[in-house]
Amino acid sequence: METIVCIVQTEGDGSLAKAALEAVACAKELAAGLTAQFAVGLLGETVQPGADALANCGASAFFAVSGAAFAQARYATDAAAVTALAKAAGATIVLGAATSRLARVMPGAATRLGGVSDASVTAVAAAGGKPVVTRWYYRQRMFAELTRDARPWVVTIAPGCFAAYAGAGGSAAVTGVTPELAAGGARTTVTRIISPSGEQQTIRPDAKLLFVAGAGWTKKQSDGAAHAGEAEKLILNFLNKSKASLGTSKSLIDLSGEGQQVMSFLTHMHQVGQTGATPRHPKGLATCCHGEEPHVVGWRFIGERRAVNLDANCGWAQGKADVLYVADAFKVMAKVIELMG
Amino acid sequence: MSDGYQIVVCGGIVPDPLQTLEPVHGPAGWGLKNELMLPAILDPWSGHALYEAANLAKAAAGSKVWLVSMGPKAKLQQVMMTVAQKAAFELIALDAPAGGFTEAGDVAAALAEAIEAIPGLDKSRLLLFGGWQSASRGAGATMQIVGEKLGVVDQFQGVDKLTIEDGGVLRVLERVEGGSYQESTVSGPPALFGWATGELPEPPNNPQVGMANMRLVMPALQKAKPVQLAQPAFGSVQLPCQKRETRIVKDTPVEAIAREIVDWINA
Ligand SMILES: Cc1cc2nc3c(=O)[nH]c(=O)nc-3n(C[C@H](O)[C@H](O)[C@H](O)COP(=O)(O)OP(=O)(O)OC[C@H]3O[C@@H](n4cnc5c(N)ncnc54)[C@H](O)[C@@H]3O)c2cc1C
Repeated sequence: METIVCIVQTEGDGSLAKAALEAVACAKELAAGLTAQFAVGLLGETVQPGADALANCGASAFFAVSGAAFAQARYATDAAAVTALAKAAGATIVLGAATSRLARVMPGAATRLGGVSDASVTAVAAAGGKPVVTRWYYRQRMFAELTRDARPWVVTIAPGCFAAYAGAGGSAAVTGVTPELAAGGARTTVTRIISPSGEQQTIRPDAKLLFVAGAGWTKKQSDGAAHAGEAEKLILNFLNKSKASLGTSKSLIDLSGEGQQVMSFLTHMHQVGQTGATPRHPKGLATCCHGEEPHVVGWRFIGERRAVNLDANCGWAQGKADVLYVADAFKVMAKVIELMG
Repeated sequence: MSDGYQIVVCGGIVPDPLQTLEPVHGPAGWGLKNELMLPAILDPWSGHALYEAANLAKAAAGSKVWLVSMGPKAKLQQVMMTVAQKAAFELIALDAPAGGFTEAGDVAAALAEAIEAIPGLDKSRLLLFGGWQSASRGAGATMQIVGEKLGVVDQFQGVDKLTIEDGGVLRVLERVEGGSYQESTVSGPPALFGWATGELPEPPNNPQVGMANMRLVMPALQKAKPVQLAQPAFGSVQLPCQKRETRIVKDTPVEAIAREIVDWINA
């Protein structure tokens, strides 16, 4: 008989973010499939609001590691916390969202528990009474279904794969858990979170549209000159109007390393692809991007895909996009912005 | 740090991403079709880790860089011909399959054992570097487990910047959600850094560095210890059905294209 614990991190005010609620939905579904019980293990400075939000989720128990030391993501404290929560719940399966905070400690915690781990799984099922997970290999090029006999089995769930738990809240009784921390206290201090401000905040994980800018925006155009300044204005203008999330190709980002004129608001975190991100959005629009395989593997979780490229034979034409507009992106995007009003 | 750092970079090898990859099941479990024929490269994020390590070693007198790499010997040799020209390091090679289907825990245990065996290893000077994920398994697990096995609990993942401050304090920027960074400080080694892209471009080939490295690379490859790696119980490994019916719109006025795009965005 499996015992599941779902680790959920709380936000600064004790509430739960979408990814945490998705992990709870996953735990609930898996527990039902295995006719097993699931507990919730909360982690954060303040946990009661989060526990109360889950009061009616069907969890058999609520455990929590809380306090100022657990306000922020820090390996030494978080790994100890996840380990303690899993032990308190007597868990054979430990689930958690693959957020930046949990993804960077769950495999480590699995080692402390003497267990095994799988990261960023996109589906979880109970097949013949056994849990089976699906995850991607080789940067989203192929996917596998796998199961394991070893326990505890620590699994992180890729955000966006389950509908977030949305049941009514209530009042939950939480059992506090005290993790074993190294004597002498933590050597790491989290000093701050640095976020791009206002217009510069162009990575928007919840946006409906991913807008990808490729290196073509900086290349010489039909008049023999490059127009990076104009490109920058068009892109920012479109992002403001559409509230899309911005992605780029590697070539565009790498140009900055080579000292060429590129767009000031781009960072490596915008890069989509093999060595970049694999964001999840219902739609994606690629502009001035060739659609080569190492780029397009980053589009695995983009629903509808359209591209604007001068070249009718670019990669997007080869079954990688639903629609390819063979046109000048400068002109098309200027008109799109105008039409958006 | 008066004596410098001991920087150990863990870096696997992966097939060149420009290659077509197809899963196959063989006697040793799951692997890639023609795996041994596919050209390999140093895992890109490990590559960034290596360049950052070399840069840091240059800045902190007395530092030394090791590259611990696991893969089939012949493939390692091929990859090292290029990598050895990029940065100065001493190679520690482990002979095992390099694929993504192997067990991260087994890989990490072998890497940790090889690191423990480095003559003169001093954990009070140790900085463990690696990629925050690989281009094969992509789990972000191996480095965490290596750290656990070596008792290094000051770990950072998705690192893009590491600076050494007065008194040897290390200041780190880690990627978090929404294009933000978490900034932390750690009082000094031992610490572990899973690198994302870092800040350095790929260094140009330096034949002198290459020659110096290769003197140690060949003996390291000869000494490469064989390692057995398990796989989880895979039910299946499949390529996604990824081909779309692309509608190509050309010779169409810009206005019509723009209108279609706006309608689609708003739909
Ligand atoms: C190890 C490795 C890892 C990699 N990882 C990644 C990765 O993570 N992400 C990634 O993106 N790439 C990655 N690549 C690189 C990838 O192979 C391509 O080189 C890259 O994606 C090309 O970027 P691009 O399409 O923007 O630029 P280019 O190939 O230069 O294409 C520019 C395009 O712009 C078009 N264009 C120019 N002007 C206009 C205009 N006015 N209107 C419309 N179209 C125009 C051109 O027709 C052309 O198709 C990787 C490669 C390797 C070897």
